[in-house]
Amino acid sequence: MKPRQTLNLAATLLLGSLLLVTALFLLLFLIRMFSLGGSVLSWEFLTTGPRNAMTQGGILPALVGTLLLTALAMLVALPLGVLTAVWLTNYGRPAWLVRLLRIAINTLAGTPSIIFGLFGMALFVNFLGWEVSLLSGGMTLAILALPVIVNNTEEAIRTVPPEFRDASLALGATTRQTITRVILPTALPNILTGAIISVGRVAGETAPIMFTATTFFAKGLPSGLRDDVMALPYHIYALMTEGTHPAAQVPIAYGTALVLLLMVLVISSVAIFVRYSIRRKRQW
Amino acid sequence: MKILKEKLFQVITYAAALFTIASLLGIIAGIFGRGLPFFGKVSLPEFLFTNSWYPTHAEQSFGAWALIAGSLAVTLGALAIAIPLGLGSAIFIAEIASSRLREIAKPVIELLAGIPSVVYGLFGMAFLAPLVRQWFDLDSGLNLFTASVILGVMIVPIVSSLSEDALSAVPHNIREASLALGATRAETIFKAVVPAAKSGIIGSVLLGFGRAIGETMVVLMVSGGAARIPGSIFDSVRPLTSTIAAEMGETVMCDLHFQSLFALAILLFAITFVTNLLSEAAFGKRRHG
Amino acid sequence: MKKVILTTILLTLLALPALAKGNRLTCSGSTTVLPIAQATAEAFMNANPELDISIRGGGSGVGIAALMNGTVDIACSSRTMKAKEITQAKSKGLNPTPYAIALDGIAIVINSANPVKNLTLKQIRDIYTGKIKNWSEIGGNKAPIVVISRDVASGTFEVFNEKALAGAKVVSTAQLLASNNAIATTVGNTPGAIGYIGLGYLTSSIKSVSVEGISPNSASVKDGSYPLARKLFMYTNGKAAGAANRYIAFIQSAAGQKIVQEQGFITLN
Repeated sequence: MKPRQTLNLAATLLLGSLLLVTALFLLLFLIRMFSLGGSVLSWEFLTTGPRNAMTQGGILPALVGTLLLTALAMLVALPLGVLTAVWLTNYGRPAWLVRLLRIAINTLAGTPSIIFGLFGMALFVNFLGWEVSLLSGGMTLAILALPVIVNNTEEAIRTVPPEFRDASLALGATTRQTITRVILPTALPNILTGAIISVGRVAGETAPIMFTATTFFAKGLPSGLRDDVMALPYHIYALMTEGTHPAAQVPIAYGTALVLLLMVLVISSVAIFVRYSIRRKRQW
Repeated sequence: MKILKEKLFQVITYAAALFTIASLLGIIAGIFGRGLPFFGKVSLPEFLFTNSWYPTHAEQSFGAWALIAGSLAVTLGALAIAIPLGLGSAIFIAEIASSRLREIAKPVIELLAGIPSVVYGLFGMAFLAPLVRQWFDLDSGLNLFTASVILGVMIVPIVSSLSEDALSAVPHNIREASLALGATRAETIFKAVVPAAKSGIIGSVLLGFGRAIGETMVVLMVSGGAARIPGSIFDSVRPLTSTIAAEMGETVMCDLHFQSLFALAILLFAITFVTNLLSEAAFGKRRHG
Repeated sequence: MKKVILTTILLTLLALPALAKGNRLTCSGSTTVLPIAQATAEAFMNANPELDISIRGGGSGVGIAALMNGTVDIACSSRTMKAKEITQAKSKGLNPTPYAIALDGIAIVINSANPVKNLTLKQIRDIYTGKIKNWSEIGGNKAPIVVISRDVASGTFEVFNEKALAGAKVVSTAQLLASNNAIATTVGNTPGAIGYIGLGYLTSSIKSVSVEGISPNSASVKDGSYPLARKLFMYTNGKAAGAANRYIAFIQSAAGQKIVQEQGFITLN
């Protein structure tokens, strides 16, 4: 018996320590980001543009650029994704098309982000002639977000009990009415929280916008969809690799990273929290 | 009128579904359309198996073997970190931890999965690389090891959350039967529960592999960028993704070098596509109930 | 209702590409020119608040390609256009015009703890092709040389390749980094390293060696005696006009050249 008990204890300790190592590493990472980034964070950092050869000033244009890119991407991806999921769950015929669609969604979900970047560059920037712009970057990010939203929405729709749908149809509602008045409203909180989590992911992507949307420096905010923009993730990369004054610019990179991190973490944690409380409260 | 509305709605959803499929076809067409002409000038075996990447030299050569090896090395290194950490955490959370810890751990893991890769890249470049250089007394901290550590930590949430799902899905009576037969908890975990969740765990590892091999920013910033086959874990490497990202900016539009980068993208796409199919097969139909 | 929303979204999507480009002056290309372009654009816009200039990196090749596609107004380049690019431009009926905006020396840099002071072009070539592997072979400490190079596709590499390497292939064990700054940082952290960067990127943790006995400084770059010197350009399609013309004229003016100097580059005269 004895050696088996020892082995049991050892295994438990080993598993616990693996979790601990992971947690400690991530803690170190977060502390490092917060302490170094926090020291440059200020109201002025968020509300002014870069100054003095990008060694001073803030990140306003990058912040706005990221918000615009993300908003544009979601504006396109959310309706498309939800409608695709509606088709998948409610119409879904012929079967071979469903199979094809599933392959497409899974493949898109697994495709590296740099490939989306190349695709965006080839199609939007060059072929359609949209140039390096908010529009090209937003569309590239939209396609990147599409599979995530379809999967989320499908899952959300599947959590709606079939009785709801049957009851609605039995009352004489058409399929369309059942979908738009019963199924989607019931699934909406889950659809939205899923979408918000993907907002966090989209906002932090760098590779897809490197060749399609971003610029190193612009004074003002973009005046149209055809303008290029600064963006937080690219700003971090650019400061670390293209900056000429590392002593002044590495802290700014940390500050930018903290802003991006906070943005992503706050947005996602709100969504995750809401989703967990919905799940707990659900009555059916 | 009513029927028209019904039809219209159905057609709109149908169109959205077709658009999703078209996006994938568009990506394939975009990448292959620009990458395939490359193979008219450089043979596939030469591209895959020779080791000499001099795309802008007067005598150009496009042997991508070192880049492929770089990608594989970094990815395997990342998995060597992520599998024990991710799987260990998942087992602890699913089988040993109290339900209270589990309730906190699950959303936290999900949150961590969303940390942007460029932030990890910054952390690796500005913090970890100098440390690694000091600890191991190296010439440079931008190397295979540092990139693997960062990338590994980055995919821990993927491996651990999906493995945890697979473990939680194992029916309770399996555990109870094993415990009732006198097995210790560790024996139950490793001989009954983990084998039962095997396919889901393999699927999570495959997804982690796909994510790691396609990751760009971390390797671009941290892996050092030497186009050679690594001889030690402290050598610098140049994975496929960072080659594309670093060189795309400097190519002459539509020349052979430009096409070669799209050829690398085809290769990368093919690798992730196959990985994806395998992980789908591992997860089975369970995920789409 | 839903349909109305959908139609609106659809129509907006269709209308998007038609939206006019803002009156932004875009400038794209070489990462070496980036600091000059950024700092001068900032100053120029401060003096002319009505102007809006965007400075994009990408690389010399991208800038020139974008100029030929008509997607940027100015291409920054750390090299002159290649014959292939000129042919391409001519076939499109374009006439890219170069404007020299600054001079730059490519500094060969080593860690500040390294005692080596001078290298000949042949020694540099032998180091980068892997024939010389240890600092002791060229009068330094007994320590292996860590060769650091730029990405083979960068404008800086092209100039280095032509002027220092005479076209020889860089040894495959060399680390290839994506930017001047990455090289400066790595050389600063790595005792045995050698790298090359634009003069503007010199920091206190690295030092430049003289080449063939001539140290890279403003005099030796201007009179052409430093072997690894080059001109930095901005290209426009045809003669520069309007805001582009004013901006380039500003860089070439005394005020602009002062900024060039502040950024660590060499003024035109």
